[in-house]
Amino acid sequence: MTAHELAARLAGRKLSSAELTRSFFERIKKLEERVKAFVTLDETGALAQAAEADRRLKSKEHVTPLTGIPIAVKDNMCTKGLRTTCSSKILTDYHPPYDATVVARLKAAGAVIIGKTNLDEFAMGSSTENSAFQITHNPWNLAAVPGGSSGGSAAAVAAGEAVIALGSDTGGSIRQPAAFCGVVGLKPTYGRVSRYGLVAFASSLDQIGPITRDVTDCALLLNLLAGHDPLDTTSVEAPVPDYRRVLAGGIKKLKVGLISDLMGNGIDREVKAAVKKAADLFARLGAEVIEVSLPTLEYAVATYYLIAPAEASSNLARYDGVKFGYRNKEAKDLISMYYSTRREGFGAEVKRRIMLGTYALSAGYYDAYYLKALKVRTLIKRDFDRAFDRCDALLSPAAPTVAFKTGEKTDDPLSMYLSDIATIPVNLAGLPALSLPCGFSRGLPIGLQIIGRAFDEETILRAAFTYEQNTEWHKAQANV
Amino acid sequence: MANMKHETVIGLEVHAQLLTESKMFCSCPNKFGAPPNTNICPVCTGQPGSLPVTNKKAVELAIKTALALNCRIEPSSVFARKHYFYPDLPKDYQISQYEQPLATGGWLEIEIDGQVKKIGITRVHLEEDAGKLVHVGAARIMGAEESLVDFNRTGTPLMEIVSEPDLRSPREAAAYTETLANLLRYLGVCDAKMEEGSLRCDANLSLRPAGETKFGTKTEVKNMNSFRAIEKALAAEEKRHAEVLAEGGQVVQETRFFDDVTETTSGMRGKEFAHDYRYFPEPDLVPLEPPAKWTEEIKNGIGELPRTVIARYMKEYELSREWADFLVYHELTGCLEGALKIYKTKPFNYARWLIVELPSFIAELNKEAAEKSNINKAKSELPHPWVIEDAAEKAAEDNYKKNIEVSGKSLPKLNLTPAKLAEIEKLIDGGTLSYKIAKTVLFAAIKTGKELAAIIAQQGLTQISDEGELLKVAREVVKNNPRQAEQYKGGKEAVMMFFVGQMMKATKGRANPELAAKMLKQALS
Amino acid sequence: MQIDVEHVARLARLGLSDEEKKLFGEQLAAILTYADNLKKLNTDGVPPTTHAIPLKNVYRADKAAPSPDLPAIMAGAPDKADRMFRVPRIIE
Repeated sequence: MTAHELAARLAGRKLSSAELTRSFFERIKKLEERVKAFVTLDETGALAQAAEADRRLKSKEHVTPLTGIPIAVKDNMCTKGLRTTCSSKILTDYHPPYDATVVARLKAAGAVIIGKTNLDEFAMGSSTENSAFQITHNPWNLAAVPGGSSGGSAAAVAAGEAVIALGSDTGGSIRQPAAFCGVVGLKPTYGRVSRYGLVAFASSLDQIGPITRDVTDCALLLNLLAGHDPLDTTSVEAPVPDYRRVLAGGIKKLKVGLISDLMGNGIDREVKAAVKKAADLFARLGAEVIEVSLPTLEYAVATYYLIAPAEASSNLARYDGVKFGYRNKEAKDLISMYYSTRREGFGAEVKRRIMLGTYALSAGYYDAYYLKALKVRTLIKRDFDRAFDRCDALLSPAAPTVAFKTGEKTDDPLSMYLSDIATIPVNLAGLPALSLPCGFSRGLPIGLQIIGRAFDEETILRAAFTYEQNTEWHKAQANV
Repeated sequence: MANMKHETVIGLEVHAQLLTESKMFCSCPNKFGAPPNTNICPVCTGQPGSLPVTNKKAVELAIKTALALNCRIEPSSVFARKHYFYPDLPKDYQISQYEQPLATGGWLEIEIDGQVKKIGITRVHLEEDAGKLVHVGAARIMGAEESLVDFNRTGTPLMEIVSEPDLRSPREAAAYTETLANLLRYLGVCDAKMEEGSLRCDANLSLRPAGETKFGTKTEVKNMNSFRAIEKALAAEEKRHAEVLAEGGQVVQETRFFDDVTETTSGMRGKEFAHDYRYFPEPDLVPLEPPAKWTEEIKNGIGELPRTVIARYMKEYELSREWADFLVYHELTGCLEGALKIYKTKPFNYARWLIVELPSFIAELNKEAAEKSNINKAKSELPHPWVIEDAAEKAAEDNYKKNIEVSGKSLPKLNLTPAKLAEIEKLIDGGTLSYKIAKTVLFAAIKTGKELAAIIAQQGLTQISDEGELLKVAREVVKNNPRQAEQYKGGKEAVMMFFVGQMMKATKGRANPELAAKMLKQALS
Repeated sequence: MQIDVEHVARLARLGLSDEEKKLFGEQLAAILTYADNLKKLNTDGVPPTTHAIPLKNVYRADKAAPSPDLPAIMAGAPDKADRMFRVPRIIE
């Protein structure tokens, strides 16, 4: 069931939030052993929030479309008093002293936070295999990865362990797992949603967004998340439309560009076919579909894997055993405490990226790597600008393949990085993009990516909604 | 070689804590002396997920300073992250400015032996301060068993002012720092207390053969906690360089610490870790592009700069250099000008109150208060900079905890207004009060907060200028001192002083001195 | 491509095992070789993009307020004494 369906039942008092929340915890108890989507479950907290939601629903005061709805939060967003681990040993027992802005908004809206979902450690990864605690499995095929890094959130929604979820997206971490798990995932425009309380991976790329079963829920959740936050300097003071109201209206005359550079070599044949079919449907529904080329996209992965690790190496310096989190207590002096704490606290992928980023920023290499990447970032942005001179939205696969097998790419970081080819350019340009189901291959979902102009979430949501209304993909359920 | 003449080249980096209410990037109070780790929040302790937001006032104060230093405000400046691991730096990077600072290319005029010298300012930029470390088991970091971190100071707005290598002697360096400190205080951007650490200074020093244009190898000197220490430290380092060169040796580029006790500098033991700060633009903050209108407003708010005011006071008000300096750097010009506007008299008269009389009055109050509480007062509550005695300053620095305990017992603020000052001069000029009585009246008014008139009426302190009344007293005095009267009549005019004194005694100081002499002459004739 | 893995690890205060040093050395070399592709692009005169969405002059008013989250901050410290965060002996 989706949030908008459940909200109607809650409002009509046919169902209480407490009953709903309990039913979700029952389902979680049944499935979680197989899916492993959650790092932390908070049944006590959730039931208290549900009771409060029921009071609001009964008195009809402060009722929002999300009041009483069970939601899962990726475990890299701070929840006051509820441990926030980033799936890292270094934050195993970290209980944030404050709520992230998005979490505060969820609480104010009366949503019920059921728990914190698994991710690749510090959101670094594309498979949720880089968690210090557990590997999350794809509800459609438990031998496959759910994608990453928001794999826990995507798997929880796909498996029906949560109605909706929050993810974060730095290079595709919402859209790729949404694609792999057959759900809807939206990365908003950079600056649309506050990052305050999102544990930083790469600050100039990170953005929080919804992971939901359908486009309507996506719009509902975005309504709550979007908007300026004085605590985040990079959040933008731009008007926020009511996204749910703009879903209908169709896509007649909409100019849609199919990105040819993401329909060539390296993209799975069946994925390409599904995306092509989706583009054809857009045309049949009245959109004007053309092919566009963004020649610098082939440089996006290299650009990203210099910028993101550079920022990460800086953002992750603070995990040093002094103020919070894990510390090696045997160390006799400060320097060896630093070394041992960070050696034991971080996993391999995080260390790899800290090394890469430190190198890219270090004396003698800054210009050749980091600065060069920033300049190429400008070129990629310009390519998008040119494409949007001709188009209102762009289409591509969300990922080059469907979900791969667990363990398949863990030994080859570069090939893992290349699986983000379709999503990474969007983060570099700061644009909004969503992924929604557009087919299946070998029993696994295929994701269609729709990219919009900066701050034009409206258009891509409307395009996605129109597509969804004319297809059945979103109705398919994973059978865990 | 030994007698070869060398020229000393010095450049200074001055760090000034800005007088804002809140910290640079968060809303924590920017306050000295709170109990450890009470002025902290998720942002200034670097909690995961927290983000900085720039304090507008800090930017304004830095722009104000930069303008006063004749700098160009850069149309676009950016914050950058400077990385190094240290426990007093919660994020293990400091938000600072690097390639694009707030302002560049200015100068500051200093005066040495009556000669004015222009010292170039390379740049002015903004950054955040680090926390404080307390070393357990030893006074210093060396030998300590462990250290404790207090993040109260973390995130305090800090302005760095970098000079060109234009200084040619330790004395010039000290004069530069002092002039700069005075300017910062005058502008109200920093209280510039070196002993408290609100103004800190690092120096780069090198020597080169006289006439040479290339720089010699420099060393960086740190840990200079007063203007005097700057001069001493740099003199010691200058001497050390000269000795090394005289022996035909080579100066090693390194950081050296000044020891206040031995008055020598020493390098760090072992090999110095080569720093690689890995600066990159701070992605969490956006560029500063101060609109011209704002800069203009700030500029208009600066008004006359100290050097101009001092020159004017010397010329127009006929005040000495020392007095003009004092008024300017103790922020007393407003009071003086205000009083002059209300009642025009010789500026000297007002200046004397502010420079001579009030400090001695405050010292009296201090003594009284100290006797009462037997403890030195917390400095932040004190009304004027000169009130703080050295002992109190040291006590505060050594043990700020103790200061917190006594912070409740401080002096009331001096309620001296330009209006009061003008009124007292008017009363003197009008003959109502003698200078001596005026002093009593003014101090009583300040102490009690009452109006001058009320004090005068209450204590019956009006000057006696009634000739008839004074003549009566004069006759009485002459009658009681026949011997002195004889001496006067015999031509010993100096005895008049004695009679005036007797008159004052008889009237409890209320007799108008001029009239008293006149009436005495009449009584003696 | 040769990378001074130990130097980089030292800058990052990252303890690495010998195995990790060898592995990361190889993997970083492979990734950086791939990144060298960027050199094919001419970026002369191209300004760097540091922020995806260009903003400027975002400030906070200078108002002080004690943090409501204060007690929880100290609570999470790995080691503390006298209201302060404790760290082992500092040897430079």
